[in-house]
Formats: sequence, C-alpha cells, structure tokens
Amino acid sequence: MSALSLRGIAKSFGGNAILKGVDLDVQPGEFIALVGPSGCGKSTLLRILAGLDHADSGEIILGGSDVSAVAAADRNIAMVFQSYALYPHLTTSENIAVPLAMRRLSRVQRLPFIGSLIPGQRAARSGIIRDVREMAVSLKIDHLLDRKPGQMSGGQRQRVALARAMVRRPAVFLMDEPLSNLDANLRVHARGEIVDLHRRAGVPTVYVTHDQAEALSMADRVAVMIGGQLLQLASPQTIYDDPAHVEVARFVGQPRINLLPALAENGIVAFGGIRLALEDGGVTGKNVTLGIRPEFVSLTQNRQDALAAHIERMEFLGSEVILYAKLDAIGETMVVKLSPAEAAGLSAGMPVALTLAAEQAMVFAEDGRRLRASSTTVDATREKAHG
Amino acid sequence: MASIVATSLPMQAAAARERNEARTALLFALPAIILIVLFIIVPIVAVVVLGFTDFQLGDKSLRFVAFENYAHLLRDRAFVKSLWNTATYTAIVAPVSIALGLGVALLIESEGIGRSFFRTAYFLPVASLIVAMATVWQYLFHPTIGPINALLGEIGVHGPNWLGSSATALYSLSIIGVWQSVGFNMVLFLAGLTAIPRELYAAAEVDGAKSAWDRFWLVTWPMLGPTTLFVTTISIINAVKVFDTVKALTDGGPNHASEVLLFTIYQEGFVYLRVGYASAMTTVFLAILVVLTFLQYRVQDRQVHYT
Repeated sequence: MSALSLRGIAKSFGGNAILKGVDLDVQPGEFIALVGPSGCGKSTLLRILAGLDHADSGEIILGGSDVSAVAAADRNIAMVFQSYALYPHLTTSENIAVPLAMRRLSRVQRLPFIGSLIPGQRAARSGIIRDVREMAVSLKIDHLLDRKPGQMSGGQRQRVALARAMVRRPAVFLMDEPLSNLDANLRVHARGEIVDLHRRAGVPTVYVTHDQAEALSMADRVAVMIGGQLLQLASPQTIYDDPAHVEVARFVGQPRINLLPALAENGIVAFGGIRLALEDGGVTGKNVTLGIRPEFVSLTQNRQDALAAHIERMEFLGSEVILYAKLDAIGETMVVKLSPAEAAGLSAGMPVALTLAAEQAMVFAEDGRRLRASSTTVDATREKAHG
Repeated sequence: MASIVATSLPMQAAAARERNEARTALLFALPAIILIVLFIIVPIVAVVVLGFTDFQLGDKSLRFVAFENYAHLLRDRAFVKSLWNTATYTAIVAPVSIALGLGVALLIESEGIGRSFFRTAYFLPVASLIVAMATVWQYLFHPTIGPINALLGEIGVHGPNWLGSSATALYSLSIIGVWQSVGFNMVLFLAGLTAIPRELYAAAEVDGAKSAWDRFWLVTWPMLGPTTLFVTTISIINAVKVFDTVKALTDGGPNHASEVLLFTIYQEGFVYLRVGYASAMTTVFLAILVVLTFLQYRVQDRQVHYT
C-alpha cells in the first residue's frame, strides 16, 4: 500500500486550470522529486497536499484514509518552506517546539504563567524540551538553540526549518524548494544532507524543485510536471534516458537535448544519415521531432551522410567542452558534448561535420508523445518495402 | 627617499580629500540644520526661557522670576485638574482606539470584497475636519433631541446630559476621541498586516495552529510588534494633545470638568495673555511627551524588533 496517493487532483484559479487531474503514488520511505518549470503547478500541488489549499476535485489518501477535507493542522504532514518561514520572535528551540506544543498542550496549558498551573503541563513541557534537544543534536544545531532566526546564516536557518518539520515525526514530509535560498556551494552540500536525513528518518518525502539536476541527483523517483500535468514519473535514469514526452526530454538534461524537425514516411524517419523505423509502421507524411542528447552527437571526418554545420561558440567546462553548431541546411543550433581532446583545435566559425548515434535517437509525435523507434539500415528498409 | 615621498604624498592627499568631503557633507546638510534650528530648536528654547519670566503679551519689559511660575503651577487647581483630565482622557482613548483599530484592521484584512470601501469609511473621521464634525456630535449627544438619548429612551434608559454634565463631559469627549483615531490606527495596522509574510501563516497552520486565535498569537501579534509600538506612541501623543473638540464642544466646562492641558495653556496664553505662565505649562507638557516617548522606546524597542 502506498503511503500517500493523489487521485485526479484538479485546481483552477479564476478559470485558469493550474492542475489538470494529477495522479501520484508515494511508496513508504520513498523520496519523490516533483520537478517542473516555474508556473507548472508544482507548488500548488504541494500546498494542496499540505492542506493549505483545497483542490476543486480529486482526493488525497494518506495512510489509507481520505484526508481531502482534513485541515492542515490535523493531517500529520510536515512542510519545509522556501523562505523557511521560521518565527522571527522565537529562538531556535522555541521554533522547533511549536509543532509539539500545538499538539501536546491544550490552549490553556500554552498560556504563559497560568499554563504552568494546569496539571500535566510540566511533564508535557519537559517531554517537549527533551525531544527538541534530541532533534537539535541529530541535526547538529544544538549550539544554536538560544539564537533567533535573525542571528543565523541561511544554512543554519534551513536546518532549523528541517528540525521543526521533522520533530513531530510526520507521516509525510513536504519540501518546497528548500535549497533555493542557499548559495551554490552550500546547496550541493545540503542536497547530500537532506538525502542522508531522509534515509535515516525513512519518512516518505515529496520534494518540489525547479532544478532538474537537484531532482535527478536526490530522488528515488522523479515526477516531471509541465503545464499542470504529470508527464512522467520514473527513476532519474529512466527520465533522462527514456523520456515519455518531448517536454520531459526538453526540461531534463543539461545541456539541453537537441530537438530537430523531421518527417515520417511509411514508418521511417530519416535525418542526417540515420534511419529510424517506428514501431507503428503506418505513420506517414507526419511531422515528427527527432531528439538526441548532446553526448550522442559526434564530429566526423567523413562528410558524406553527415550534417554540415558551423561552430557558433564553445564552452569549456574542464572535463568536457560544449559546442554550439548551426546546421547549414536548416539553421537549427545543435549542442554537442565533446571531450577536451576532441575539441582541440576547434574555434568559432569553423565548419564541422556531425553524426548522430542512431541507437540513442528518440522520436516524438507532433503532440509531444514519444514514438517508439529503432535504428535501421537502408537495406533493411528496402527489404521491408519489397517483402 | 623617493619611495618615502611616493607613499606619504597619497596619504596626505587622502587626508585632504577626507577633510574636503566632510566640508561638502556639512554644506549639503546646512539647509536642513538651519531649518531645524530656526523652526524647532529656537522656539523650544524660547518657550523654556519665557517660562522663567513673567512676560505678558503687550508688555514692553519682562522680569526673570526663576521657578516662580512652576511653584505657582503646583498650587494652581485648574492646572492640576487639567493634568488629571488629560491623563484620564489618554487612558481611555489610547488603549480603546488601539484595540479597535487592530480589530477593524484584522476584519478588513480577512474580508475579500468591499475592502477599500471599509477602509475609506473608517478613515473618513481622520480626514474630516473635527470642528465641523463637532456640530454633528453636539446633535448626537443632545440631551433632548439627540438620537443617542432617543435610542436609550427606547430601551427605557434615561440618557445623561452627555456634554452638559460635569460627570459625563470628559467621557463623551473620549468617545469622540476614539471615533476620531480608530481609522488612523487601523490604517497603520493594515500596513503592518500586509508586511507579514504569508508563508508564516502557512507554517503556523502546518505546525498545528488550527484556529485563527492560535495563529493570531503565534504569528500576527508578535509580527505586529513594531507597528503596535509606533501606534501606541502616536496614539498617546495625539490623546495628550487633544484640544479642538474640547474648545468646540464644552469650552473646558462645565466647571473645569473637561479642561485638558492644551486648553489650559490656550486659556492662559491667548485669553489671559500670561505668556510666561503659559510657557511654563508648555514646558511641562513637552517634558511629559518627551518622557513618554523615551520610556516607550526604551521599554519596548528591544522586545519588538527581531532582526
């Protein structure tokens, strides 16, 4: 049984459909990254999950029961916000204690002075203090317990926010771009820490980000959301190697995938010397998109059957060189990933010949769907046509 | 030798540039300094100095009397009474108008439609001319034809002579004072409320603050701290400065029952023309305001600013 299920979540704001029926299953202990460009609805989905917004339709099943109508406070879902949303007037220990105090103490017990007169308050308070301390120690922020958020760095605040969310051992853990306010170095470090924390706590996590590298590097499974729809939910490797939709292919991967216009005739897509046979041989006279990742484009000396292009610019990245070359025939810019040795002696303006690795090429239909295809030779095609 | 010259010259140049910069800065500040001295410092000093004289408007000479005016103030029943009345008025108007201002601001903030209508409606008393509105209040409070007493009569209560009786005059003025300042406080609180990050409320909700009451104490009230400090200071100062309604509606009466500090100063200075004596009162008045403001910032400032 999955820890959390979303069924057909739809939401629109003022006639604008933000979410168009999202289904998602989170397995126990799983780390799911919800990734997409800004405005794709991922933050709205997270707010609906947390109970801060309500879906127009669809249901949220948490631990076997429908919580769609349950208030955020009663959902047993914790959330880390992009701005951390720490209470600036409370110290670190008070901040971490808030979710516990709200649940373990009655409203009267929470009152200053009077609260301490109510029976049971003292025991509950000391339990809270113990749990807060334990949490702080495990996140290595116990030396910050008496500081206020204004006196801490971004990284420290982010840990406090994590501690506040984890301290009550929620059923599901939501994170809304928690690393986007950190500088680049700290971000890479914090990625590892969050993954590590997740592994130790084992709480299913939904992690929203617009950074595809973050999603691929952290998650067990990546959910790519574009235009209010979940286009693909799969392991990082599958998302990268085997995208189900042209938008997924376009969004994931840095540098971006090459997408080239091509024509399908009698189930065959031919482009720049490669031929791909579609599984559905009946596709004919249709515009399709040919996709190929930069690492599967290479330079060749053999000009025949190759794509003639001119180098626009080159980016040296240390272990690799990114080459941008404009195709002479159709004016599209191809991105090519080369080793520094391959790129030696090249410079902007030079003519080059490019070949594509046919086995790695993907074909997408006009509506963006992936069309299964396999590499084929001219001879095989002829045989097929005659036979 | 050459190297020493080379290093010392830029240092001299830097010092000269610094002096030059300081002079320029002073030059830029000069208009402001002149204006402050001319329109704030000089008048205050003049009032304090006049407070030690027996100057009367129209006199050709004046005599220094040291603390005679202040000694007289202590024995002046009208002054002590007005001091007490001002304190009472402030003790009513400031807390009530702050609480109501916050309440109205919270209601308007949570309201989706008609927000700007209510904001304008509550702000109207601030923008309106209080002396003109005083005639409306005089009618409302009229013991026989006033609608307030007519309403009270409907439920069998015999309404008091609001502005005409020494038992109720000050409280009636306090009601007008509250009516007048709620809108102003509301606008300040509204500004404070919009500055609270929405994510804090979301965090409070996720953390288990179920009711609006819980969220108010966890987020709104602490985050409004700086605003509340400012509103409190402004409200107290404004209440201590009450004058126009007193002058227009009761003229300090009946029997000094609604005489407030500013009214007494006005009487002494502009009716009896005893400028020296009025200046001594003004000095006391200023001292009270300065002490109040200072105390407030000393006591509260550290508690309401978190960063």
